[in-house]
Amino acid sequence: MTIQFNDETFREDYSFHNSERAIKRFPFPFDKDSYMYAVNMEQHRGGPPDSVYEKRFDVDEHYVSEMRDRAMVLADDPLRCQSLPHMTLAGWDLLELIMVSKSEDYPDLFELHRDGDQWHWINKPLGIDDRFTFMDETTLPYGPMEYITRQAQGDFCVLDQRDDNLWMDAGTVTTQADWSLDFDIGMNFFEWHAPVPLAHEKGIFVRALKFLLNIQQGAPARRLNWTMTVNPLLDTSPENYHKWGVQKTTLTPENIGSKQHLRVELQTFFRLPRSNALVFPIRCYLCSFQDLMTAPKWGRRLHRVIRDLPDELATYKGFIDNRPMMLDYLSKFDDGLPTSNGIWPELDTEPPLQK
Amino acid sequence: MSGAEKIAVRVTEKAALNDLVTRFRFEPVAGGLLPTFSGGAHTVVEMRDGEITRLNPYSLMSDPFDQTAYTISVRRDDAGRGGSLFMHNRVNVGDEMVISNPVNLFSLDLRARKHLMIAGGIGITPFLAQIKQLDRAHGNWELHYGCRSEALGSYVDYLTATHPNDVNVYYDDQDQAIDLENLLDGQPLGTHIYVCGPKGMIDWVRGKAAELGWPREAVHYEEFLAPKPGKPFEVKLAVSNKVIQVGEQESLLEAIERAGVDAPYLCRGGACGMCETRVIDYAGNFIHRDHWLEDEEHSSGEKIMPCVSRFEGKTLVLDR
Repeated sequence: MTIQFNDETFREDYSFHNSERAIKRFPFPFDKDSYMYAVNMEQHRGGPPDSVYEKRFDVDEHYVSEMRDRAMVLADDPLRCQSLPHMTLAGWDLLELIMVSKSEDYPDLFELHRDGDQWHWINKPLGIDDRFTFMDETTLPYGPMEYITRQAQGDFCVLDQRDDNLWMDAGTVTTQADWSLDFDIGMNFFEWHAPVPLAHEKGIFVRALKFLLNIQQGAPARRLNWTMTVNPLLDTSPENYHKWGVQKTTLTPENIGSKQHLRVELQTFFRLPRSNALVFPIRCYLCSFQDLMTAPKWGRRLHRVIRDLPDELATYKGFIDNRPMMLDYLSKFDDGLPTSNGIWPELDTEPPLQK
Repeated sequence: MSGAEKIAVRVTEKAALNDLVTRFRFEPVAGGLLPTFSGGAHTVVEMRDGEITRLNPYSLMSDPFDQTAYTISVRRDDAGRGGSLFMHNRVNVGDEMVISNPVNLFSLDLRARKHLMIAGGIGITPFLAQIKQLDRAHGNWELHYGCRSEALGSYVDYLTATHPNDVNVYYDDQDQAIDLENLLDGQPLGTHIYVCGPKGMIDWVRGKAAELGWPREAVHYEEFLAPKPGKPFEVKLAVSNKVIQVGEQESLLEAIERAGVDAPYLCRGGACGMCETRVIDYAGNFIHRDHWLEDEEHSSGEKIMPCVSRFEGKTLVLDR
């Protein structure tokens, strides 16, 4: 299967777009008509063909342009990529995990040739052909974590595990939903989750931490999370809030279908073998409201979820002010018919919109 | 399926080190390479002994970067429930066995400026892997290793030959003992302590470190408890609606599994917390033996760790 890579931007003229195939495989995050926090973890071991769950690290049509956007963010703000000194071994673990996974899962795009510690890595979409010595930092242009995360979509948090807790001790974070690696670096699991409303009271984080501490080698896990973004911006960071926050006020009933995007994070969790650290890739997928509405099930469901969401969550996710306008738009796609369970669009079986 | 991922292996070496300890080498049946691991990790070995299946954890002692084979060392426990005797007497070169993917509950704190290792007896095994990991990264470490006698000093010759300046050995029968207070007192800032050995040794090191003001996070320990035999007892499993008998020589977890109920577990040694089970009703006394639950939880009668803990009394109903 060949991927046709888009030439597109996530800033200024926002030429980002999803092909029909990309819309069909969009990871719609709601499996029923309402939403509340849950430790909604499942094993990350493949999924339906061509879904975002199929490969260990999904590569899609946005790959080349996303990597170009990451390089721009890092050039402007090098602190988006940080690794505390004890995390270098985990960086090599991550480099190995991604290179092995991508070369096995996409042999037409990536090649890895290993002769002992002499490694040869070929990344065809980005035009990279490098030979280096595994575990010798001086043979790479960047540290191992930065080197490989400049070639992998999504943010990467590399968490040290000690003292029955997880610590945000390394990461590359340029496509985040309004949180800052530079602020969170060195924090533990409860510290970096402190701003999240309602979930603490429900004991979500205690249970989630227990689950994550027990993730084992060879048994990765995954979950979906979501928020809303006006314009297809990857970099919605606190550092740049002055640039993107104001864009939330540009929404009108005329442009909301193309400007308002549902932002979904495919979060995965892998135990790293040599360091016993945990890597937490957070892969961001964007889809405009008007593209989502091409699946009648998603149209019905998104309206009901947004309508019934507690105010605290709409505030935390940053769209409480725009919610009335969203509901005016979305209600046109909700005819009150029941929806089937699960996140998939079921285009062949779900009835078309009845109004 | 509970527990870590499984690997089918063949025994390719069985070497008696001394009267008590035998080393086993495992290579993958399917060929290819085993996963790498981090020093301090263990594997859970499945032993099929007729009707009984035992799953015992053993520390991996081989080089964590060597993917061709794993090695473990098993100390014979004549008074135990039979796992180590099974390994010593019944397992032979060429046998196929099933082991789990590596799990690490005793990993190095890589922030440490220096790693101070204190081992007692068979507790030496995780340090053998950690030393190989640290040597590759030019890490700063020092080992203090207590053995009963020269004859029972597993791997002493290897360690003193390869690291004459970093390894200190103490023999009980020669009245040698670690001068713990002075040892801890002389450590540079940023040192982490790791202790693996009998419970008495772990308590002694932790107690002394606390007394000297060491931060709790800088003291690491691992003690695998083997489940102890005990009086048989009856348990009702409320969710699966079964009444099971726990035999004298089996653990509560093993009895639950024997009844066909899939219960979560990882370490099977009272350390990881994975098998924590809610008690719905009871009349009798718990024999808690795990390191996981807090004292208040032990006395609450609301939770039990079925991998190592038992019960004596009339009624026990579990949420399983």
